[in-house]
Formats: sequence, C-alpha cells, structure tokens
Amino acid sequence: MDTNLVRNFLALLARFLSGASVRWIDSQPDTCQRVYFANHTSHLDPIIIWSALPPRVRMLARPVAAKDYWTKGPVRRYLANRLFGAILIDRKEIKVHQSPVDLIIREIGHHYSLIIFPEGGRQTGGEIGEFKSGLYYLCKKRPDLELIPVHIDNMNRILPRGEVLPVPMLSCVTFGPPLWLEVGEPKTRFLARAREAVRNLKEIRNEE
Amino acid sequence: MSLIGAVLVLLGAAEVIVWALRRRPAGGIDPAILETFRLRVHFWWILLAALAAAFLLGHVVTVVLFGLISFWALREFITLTPTRPGDHRALFWVFFLFTPLQFVLVGTGYYEMYSIVIPVYAFLFIPARIALAGDYKRFLERTAKIQAGLLICVYCLSYAPALLLLKLPPLANGEPDTGGGVRLLLFFVLISQLSDALQYAWSQLPNKHVIVPAINTTRTWEGLLGGTVSVTLIAAGLWWATPFHGSNWWMAAAMAAVISLMGFAGGITMSAIKRDRGVRDFGTLVEGHGGVLDRVDSLCFAAPVFFHCTRWWLLWQLAKN
Repeated sequence: MDTNLVRNFLALLARFLSGASVRWIDSQPDTCQRVYFANHTSHLDPIIIWSALPPRVRMLARPVAAKDYWTKGPVRRYLANRLFGAILIDRKEIKVHQSPVDLIIREIGHHYSLIIFPEGGRQTGGEIGEFKSGLYYLCKKRPDLELIPVHIDNMNRILPRGEVLPVPMLSCVTFGPPLWLEVGEPKTRFLARAREAVRNLKEIRNEE
Repeated sequence: MSLIGAVLVLLGAAEVIVWALRRRPAGGIDPAILETFRLRVHFWWILLAALAAAFLLGHVVTVVLFGLISFWALREFITLTPTRPGDHRALFWVFFLFTPLQFVLVGTGYYEMYSIVIPVYAFLFIPARIALAGDYKRFLERTAKIQAGLLICVYCLSYAPALLLLKLPPLANGEPDTGGGVRLLLFFVLISQLSDALQYAWSQLPNKHVIVPAINTTRTWEGLLGGTVSVTLIAAGLWWATPFHGSNWWMAAAMAAVISLMGFAGGITMSAIKRDRGVRDFGTLVEGHGGVLDRVDSLCFAAPVFFHCTRWWLLWQLAKN
C-alpha cells in the first residue's frame, strides 16, 4: 500500500476523531529542524500533534515514543516504524554508551524534526508535570534546534489513561513561539522555562 | 423544486453580501455580528444540501447528514459538560451505539422503536454503566447531564429527518403523495430558520423589553411576539403551498406558531446552559469550531413537537376520510 496515502488518511481520521482545532500563536509552520515538545495525557498525543502539522512539515516530524508500548503487536509496530517513523526509546534498559539522547541525535541527523513529551509519562491530573532532563541534554548537544512549545487540550478526556476506546470530544492543539537553550543557562532554569512556555499556551486558551 | 431554487438564489445573495461586507475596510457593521451571520449562512447551505439530497437521492442521505449534525452537536455538548473518567465507557456507547442507532431506526421509519430507544433504553443504560464504573461522586448530576445531551442533540433533532417518512393523505386525483415528507421537512426548516431570523430582526427595535435579563440579553418580548406573528402570517398567507393545503389555512399558521415558540424555547434553554458553564456560545468553547449547537438549538426543540403535531393532524385527516 502507498505509505503516503495511508499517512494522509490516518491524519484525517485522527483530526476527525479528536475534533482537534489547530492554532499557531506567534509561530508559523516551517520545515526547518525543530523539536516540538508538549504536555502528555494520552496515547493519542503523538498522533494528534503529527496530524496537526501541515503535510510537508509532517513528513519530517518523528515522534519519540516508548519502545515497550509501540512494539507490542504488528499494528503498533507498523504504525510506529512505517507510518510515523517513530524513534523508539527503551525505558527499561538505559545503557551508558547508548543513551537515548545520542540515539535521537543520530536518528534525526540534520534533516528531521522531533515530537517529544518531556514529562516522561502521561499525567492524570490537570497539571503539567516536571520536565525530565532529556530535553536539556538534547539542546546542549544540538543548541541549533528550534524548540516549539505545544499544548494539547482535552485529550485526557478523549482517551484517558487505562482506556482503549476513544470518546470523540473536541480538543485543541496550540503551537507557541520558538525558544532556544541560552548559553550557560542552568538545567533547572531551562526546564522550568520550557514548562512555563507550554503552560502559557494553556492560559491563552482560557482567556479567550 | 422551484422553492429550492428560490432558496438557492437567496442564499447566493446572502453569500455575496457577506463577501462584500467583509471586504469593506472598517465598515459600520460590528465584525462579530457579521461573523455570526456568515456562520449562519454556511449552516443554511448545509441544510439546503440536506433538503436537496432528499429530493434527488432519497431520504437516506438526508438522514445521514442530520446524523452527522447530531453527532457534532453532541460532541460540543459533552465537551462543555464536566464529566469524570468513570463516565468514559458510558460516553463511548452514547456516541458510537445510541447516536447511530437512533438515525438508523429513523431511516427505517420504525416509529415504535425510534420514539423510545433513547428515552427508555439509553436512559436506563447510562446510569447503570456509570454505576458499574464505580465512581459515585455527583452521580445523579453526571448521569442527568449525559442523558440531557443525548436527548436534546440526538433524540430531538432526529425528529427532523423523521418527517421524511411520514405518510401524507393521497392527492386530490387519488394518487399517493410521495413527495409529502420532503415538503414537511422543507416547511419545518424554512419556518424555523425564518422565525430565528425574524425574532432577531424584531428584537432590534429601539424599544426593548428583555424577557430574562439574567440569561439572555438579546431575546426580547418584541422579538418573540413580532417574530412569531410574522411567521404565522407568512405561513397563513402561503398556506396553499404548504403541506397542510388539504386542510384549513389556520392549520399551517398554527404549525408555524408552534415552530416559532419552540424555537424560542430552545434558544433560551441553550442560553441558560451556556450561562451556567460561563461561555458565550458553544463555538468559542474549543477554539476554531463553528458552534453547531448554537445553530441547531431551535431545530432541536421544535422538531419533536412539530413532528408530533403533524402526526396527530395526519391521523385526524385519516379518520376524516
């Protein structure tokens, strides 16, 4: 089957099921190398962000996902490997010489963009969890990458943790203005700033 | 069919007006009002497509189109309603079983089934499924919200396409009236949209007596009475073109008055729900959506009552002959 056709169909299906409206605030879709980092509440999150991007940008975006979840069964493997080109991270065995950050940098080269969820796992409460340090080490090795904060709203109600079948409520994906790791910026300050950038996008939604 | 053509021309004109007004830089018209009008014109196109489909392709396409409108309205309703994770499974069945099932039953014209499947079976299923999930916090409130959403957005609205399958009395020459259902739906949609527009127009009069200031500041007595009297007169004047031409002229007028009053009731009820949730309209609830529920509130309330009245009128006609 034509992979591109399947991709476009899947993106349409994801958009319909999630009822996602997409907003770019002080930001534009671009094919330059970027890291989209978002809050994480549902297994559908990577698919939603991926499908919210325009087709040309979407082709370059590769989600970072958990190996144990996305290698279970032929369907998930097909989706992760063939359709999304996901970079799968082993959450259980992290080896010193094979750190996830090195793997990611090798995989994206100077061509692909990334979709990552720095909270590390799905959150159940309404709050955005503390960011894991992976984002910082990634930026330290590749300070040229543009970081785009993304906020996903209402996905926790569409497919909550522990559920298999989605309920088609409406959601909203907001892309924010790019930010970079400043020279000499301490780890905790940078991670707090990145988390705040995602939080701000949530606030903008509520004001309107 | 010529009526559809006339509506087509009117809608085309409305589209041109919207286009012209939008191009005018900083015109005298409030852009928010213009945007509302633009969305309403778009919704009219969808309704027209549904009606034209009933003429050209048969009732199935129309039923499916109304089913999609219902589905989207229910999404907006439930998104606005605070639910808990314990409601997830019940909601799944509401969206993917009861909503399609209702429209399938409407499409088959099986009145005895589609008139009770949601008020009886879904009504009982929802609280039982939520209880099984084991979350008892604000149980009755959550149950009632989901039931209300399903009843208003799906059950009530499904009575609009159900009009297509009503059997009208045979024509004067003794032949069966095959296009009768389509004319009933056309009458219903035209009168309800016209009454919405006329109620809005009448409420623009400088002398305003707001009916319920706490809930909606745009609905006035002038709008309600003026709008209802206007559509009633229009229906009475054109009674020979309505599906009720076999009866008295006042039958068409009474039906129009019922549609207009129920449309008002729907609008004010939805306003109360929106006020409670603190949003201006369902469209702004999640950024960038058209707000289907804002468009169909009057249809939702008027459809079952108009259907019921028409059905009684048909039984009465049958008894007379």
